[in-house]
Amino acid sequence: MSKLLEMLKGLGEQLHLKPQHSFTGGVHPQELKKTAGLPSMTCPLPKQIILPMKQHIGDACEPLVKVGDHVLRGQQIAKSQGYLSVPVHASTSGTVTKIEDHVIAHPSGLGLPCIFIEPDGKDEVDESLYPLPNYRSADPIELRERIRSAGLAGLGGAAFPTFIKLVLDQQNKIETVVLNGIECEPWLTNDHQLMLEKAHEIVTGMDILMHMVGSQQGIIAIEDNKMDTVEVMQKTLVDMGLDASVRIEVLPTKYPQGGEKQLIQVLTGKEVPAGRLPIQVGVLSQNVGTSKAIYDAVCLGEALTERMMTVSGDALPNPTNMRVRLGTPVAWLLEQCGLDDTDGIKVIHGGPMMGDILTDMRIPVVKASNGILAMRISTLMQAHHQEDPCIRCGDCGDVCPAGLMPNLLAVHCKEEQFERAEDYNLFDCIECGACSYVCPSHIPLVHYFRFGKGKVAQIRREKAFAEESRKRSETRDARIAQELAEKEEKRRIAKEKKEARAKALAEKQAQEAAEGETKKPEAES
Amino acid sequence: MIFLSSPHQHSGNSIQLTMFSVIIALIPAAMVSVYLYGWLAVFLLTTCIGMSLLTEYVVLRMMKRDTARLWDGSAALTGLFLALVLPAAVPWWIAVFAAVFAILLGKQLYGGLGYNLFNPALAARVVLLISFPLYMTSWLIPMHMGAVLDMYDFSNSLSFFFLGPDAVKQTWDAITMATPLGHVKTELTQGVTVGEALANYQYSTLNAFIGREAGSLGEGSALALLMGGIWLMARHTISWHIPVSYLLTVAVFAGIFNLINPDVYAPPLFHLLAGGLILCAFFMATDPVSSPSSGIGKIVFGVGCGLLTWVIRTFGNYPEGAMFAVVLMNCATPLIDYYIRPRVYGYKRGEKS
Ligand code: SF4
Ligand code: SF4
Repeated sequence: MSKLLEMLKGLGEQLHLKPQHSFTGGVHPQELKKTAGLPSMTCPLPKQIILPMKQHIGDACEPLVKVGDHVLRGQQIAKSQGYLSVPVHASTSGTVTKIEDHVIAHPSGLGLPCIFIEPDGKDEVDESLYPLPNYRSADPIELRERIRSAGLAGLGGAAFPTFIKLVLDQQNKIETVVLNGIECEPWLTNDHQLMLEKAHEIVTGMDILMHMVGSQQGIIAIEDNKMDTVEVMQKTLVDMGLDASVRIEVLPTKYPQGGEKQLIQVLTGKEVPAGRLPIQVGVLSQNVGTSKAIYDAVCLGEALTERMMTVSGDALPNPTNMRVRLGTPVAWLLEQCGLDDTDGIKVIHGGPMMGDILTDMRIPVVKASNGILAMRISTLMQAHHQEDPCIRCGDCGDVCPAGLMPNLLAVHCKEEQFERAEDYNLFDCIECGACSYVCPSHIPLVHYFRFGKGKVAQIRREKAFAEESRKRSETRDARIAQELAEKEEKRRIAKEKKEARAKALAEKQAQEAAEGETKKPEAES
Repeated sequence: MIFLSSPHQHSGNSIQLTMFSVIIALIPAAMVSVYLYGWLAVFLLTTCIGMSLLTEYVVLRMMKRDTARLWDGSAALTGLFLALVLPAAVPWWIAVFAAVFAILLGKQLYGGLGYNLFNPALAARVVLLISFPLYMTSWLIPMHMGAVLDMYDFSNSLSFFFLGPDAVKQTWDAITMATPLGHVKTELTQGVTVGEALANYQYSTLNAFIGREAGSLGEGSALALLMGGIWLMARHTISWHIPVSYLLTVAVFAGIFNLINPDVYAPPLFHLLAGGLILCAFFMATDPVSSPSSGIGKIVFGVGCGLLTWVIRTFGNYPEGAMFAVVLMNCATPLIDYYIRPRVYGYKRGEKS
């Protein structure tokens, strides 16, 4: 009898687990989370730290140090430029050896200015940021500034500067703070592990956020393939007395549920209008890792200098979760996990669905690096099979969370009919890759979308440039024309004067002549 | 080095897998056809599939395309489709002509797999129906009805297939019969009511369901077709949109008119089970290449097919409308795909980016 009751209770709970809303589309790729539940290890300091001047969406930073300077861990070594930007900090103590371009994790494989630091091994900490454990009595504006100056950008992979989402004015009220613990990419387990190990910090970070934006409601979203974290987080909420205002939503596992807009749709049933931010629907969402970093920045006074990463892949002998200093070269990470030969292997930065293939093992870990996957080329080639013709099955559209028609969109991109591609909402594609994942013809749809987006951006730049030069030459022409007109006017005036003078002279002469004439006969007579 | 764009993981689905799933789903129906028509069905199946593959191979060679494409399953599937939509009594050269036409004109002329406007098998069938109406409307009496049982041994079947009914000393009239749809249609023109027509045909719903009515090879058993179709839906090889909207539309229209005047308009269940409707709804109309790709587009397509099927059957000159309907709707596919798009995230319906 009691067993039956328990079963019923379990069933009830399961029913409760069902979300009220869902997002359209989505897929459930093989999870392959080999490192799930593996305690994190600390990655030893590498021989060289390479810190790119741009690690987030927005503008690059400007170095504050020069070659030969000694820096401390947490010391600001580059300042933000422009609004959409946060500073960069040294991730350990040591000497600045170089400031020059270096390859970074980006599909283009292009370089970016980086500061190179040779660690001195002492790992001395810069203490200019003081801890602020009483954040509840702190001014939200001060906290926001601290979060900006600690260099926080979203750690979930998109790397949007954190402070920008923290809207403090009363007109745009944030009602709900969402913590994103979804981690829907296959292989990755870093957020999972962080939730197990740092639940207190994560929940505190959330409390800081709720205090800052004055919101009364918090949701922590976790997928049902991480039930152990649900337990830990729930316990932490109860321990901290937050279980009344913050609830945990367990969602069925589905990709790309961790996408900000998809998650908001699932949790609230609301869609963020095109081209707007989640604030439009009163939601602030942050990744769990970012929340932990907020705790570090506020309560401990620490800048963002390390992050949790999953280092895994089918070619890696000892996959693991690691706490890694920003700027650590990928080769060093792989070495720590027992990989000594990269022949026949390709390395993915990020998860398999959205990550990029690395072109160079010297590429450093940045704020957005949630995982590094060493994959056998043979495995990868199964995904990157030769492209067959599109059979118009429509599977790609069925799984698209943005509601696009990827097959038609790809055709327009491929044939460089960009206007039609835009008509098919090219720029609403979030590049989640669900469409390519299911395509029976193995068409690299996302590749075409990136190509299309790149081309359109280029065309727009060129158009803007042409417009600019057209305007410039127009003003120049106008100026010349005006100068000419002025000259002409002067000449006309001069000519008129001259003519007037000549006329006056002629009249005078005529008059004189006439006078002479009249005199003459008189004289003659 | 090749440039590899994300995603780096794949569902494992492929054209081959899709095509072979459909082939597997049709195996019950093919088996029923062998049961009903014996060796004739076997000859027709092998000729259609073999000739489709051969034509595909020759075209691939001529166009200097990769001949490995032959095994993607699409040509074999077209051949199988063809056999299933032909009457069992057609002579060999019609089968050959059909296969060559389907692959060459129905598919490759448009640019090969993925570019054809029509379902190649149905396009070929429509052309045959117009060109050789006699052969295409001579429906062999299914074997277990006993009438021509003796004829179906191997050598007789072979002679029949290659030389026609004369070779087995039979006349068309003795070995063929009307399909239920055809029968009802002719009777109606002579002022007989639907009910009487069905009664004198000795039509039974159960027979139609498990497979005892005359018709083209693959129409025999609704049960066998449904088994395959539902299996395909369960594996997500085909989506529910087209079959469900197609069948529902036919049922609704037939139902309404049957209520209005049951003497003139056949009941919905008869419409659903007789003729090639189920075959078309699950297998022909769902052909990915020639049907719309969005969910709502598919529903519009299915409704269109259903409407046309019922209208042609009821008011047209031909007793069977399903295949015409699908071919006609195939023409509308590009239009549907252009005008009927899913709502994009973050936009209101109809709002532009
Ligand atoms: S999934 Fe692939 S084959 Fe199917 S419609 Fe989309 S692009 Fe074409
Ligand atoms: S990559 Fe773009 S088009 Fe493909 S499923 Fe994701 S949002 Fe849709």
